[in-house]
Amino acid sequence: MSKLWRILLPAIVGVLALSAWEISVRLLEVPLFVLPPPSAIAVSLAQDLPSLAESLVFTLQITLGAFLLASAAGISLAILFAHSRLAERALMPYAVVIQVTPVVAIAPLVIIWTGLDNAWAALFILATLVAFFPVLSSSLLGFRSVDRGLRNLFRLYGATPWQVFWRLELPSALPHMLAGMKVAGGLALIGAIVAEFVAGSGTATGLAWRIVESGNRLNMPRMFAALLLLSATGILIHVLLSAVEYLLLRHWHESKVRSE
Amino acid sequence: MKLDSVGKRFANGYAALEDFSLDLAPGQFTSLIGPSGCGKSTVLNLMAGLSRPTSGQVSWGAGGKPDIGFVFQEPTLMPWATVAQNVALPQTLTGRPAAIEEQLAKVGLSAFATCYPRQLSGGMKMRASIARALASQPALLLLDEPFGALDEITRFDLIDQLLALWLGHSFSALFVTHSITESVFMSQRVVVMGGKPGRVLADIAIDEPYPRLPAFRAEARYAAWCGQVLDALRGAA
Repeated sequence: MSKLWRILLPAIVGVLALSAWEISVRLLEVPLFVLPPPSAIAVSLAQDLPSLAESLVFTLQITLGAFLLASAAGISLAILFAHSRLAERALMPYAVVIQVTPVVAIAPLVIIWTGLDNAWAALFILATLVAFFPVLSSSLLGFRSVDRGLRNLFRLYGATPWQVFWRLELPSALPHMLAGMKVAGGLALIGAIVAEFVAGSGTATGLAWRIVESGNRLNMPRMFAALLLLSATGILIHVLLSAVEYLLLRHWHESKVRSE
Repeated sequence: MKLDSVGKRFANGYAALEDFSLDLAPGQFTSLIGPSGCGKSTVLNLMAGLSRPTSGQVSWGAGGKPDIGFVFQEPTLMPWATVAQNVALPQTLTGRPAAIEEQLAKVGLSAFATCYPRQLSGGMKMRASIARALASQPALLLLDEPFGALDEITRFDLIDQLLALWLGHSFSALFVTHSITESVFMSQRVVVMGGKPGRVLADIAIDEPYPRLPAFRAEARYAAWCGQVLDALRGAA
């Protein structure tokens, strides 16, 4: 498939689907509060953009903060576990507990701890908890997959622990680490939204709350507009992280090398 | 440098070597041949100091433990580093100055200094691996079946290159292989090992001059040497 066609094809599908949506909603006279036509969503998006953008920035701040903290914590713990079986035995079960406990279930608890006035802190903690595990498990796999021959070679030349870490373990683990972070980027956004659904109150002002609020007022066009912004954000996060991954691995990792 | 009645027993109780002795003369090209699982690689790991003997000892000459180069079965290159960076690894780790261009030229890889390992063929990767092992100017070069995965044409080519490098420098080589022809063609001395636990069955001096040209493979004496090694190996079976 040519490059142009690869971009054009999904675009055509999108335009066709939107047209079909617009036409059928108008022909069948579906009420606005059940399913608004794309044109109404576009108008709402344009009108409410200032206030929606404010909510988007709030959600983005939570997402970015949670992503960074989850990545830092996941990678640090992976390094610790890779070097100490004892630490892994002692702590890994609790990491799994964090992973398998639904964020929706612990959200009310976290809100009480942080206090309703600090809803953002609760969202930040919850989104971090959601995003953290994939970074830990992928990075740990990465640090465990170091080539045995290379390890022996480093030992043969009397490499210091720091040299082994910096020149061998870190580059070996990098592809796995990045894969985990790519998953974490999406999960941080999902975590921020889901947590706000549950924690949402007068003080939380993220996109999730705008969706709930619009739904309560049967303002469906604005609800869809907020959803649209949310998807766009998710796509942007994915594209950005994929770009970082490509830049770091393009020379040497099979997954990023174009076949010749 | 020598192994003195060395024994090696792994944690699972498996005895890889028992009362194994091997004395390497400086500058000698020695091959270690034997069936798979007879402890050949264990001998190399003991020599390199990558594992410790459970009995006996590894002793070095007057100068203490020399610089050792190691060529593994796999090229074992860092995929994220260029060929030049890979060859420079011993110097990078030990902080000594490197003459990387010279090393690459010796194995014919000058044009590929900035390539990544995945861009090289199997034979070229192995040449990079050999260049890296020789980069620290080791007194002892250990090779663990380095050519096993290569096709025969590439293998002959690499054997000639390795012999040329050995003739041009004064390192001792200990070459582990399970190819009789390889061991006879290259070595001054072939040590035949038997397994379970590993021990020396025969120690054959291949009394032939260097440089050994491809024509040597066609000579009757060459076939006779091969026959002698084969007989020793049969004794092992």
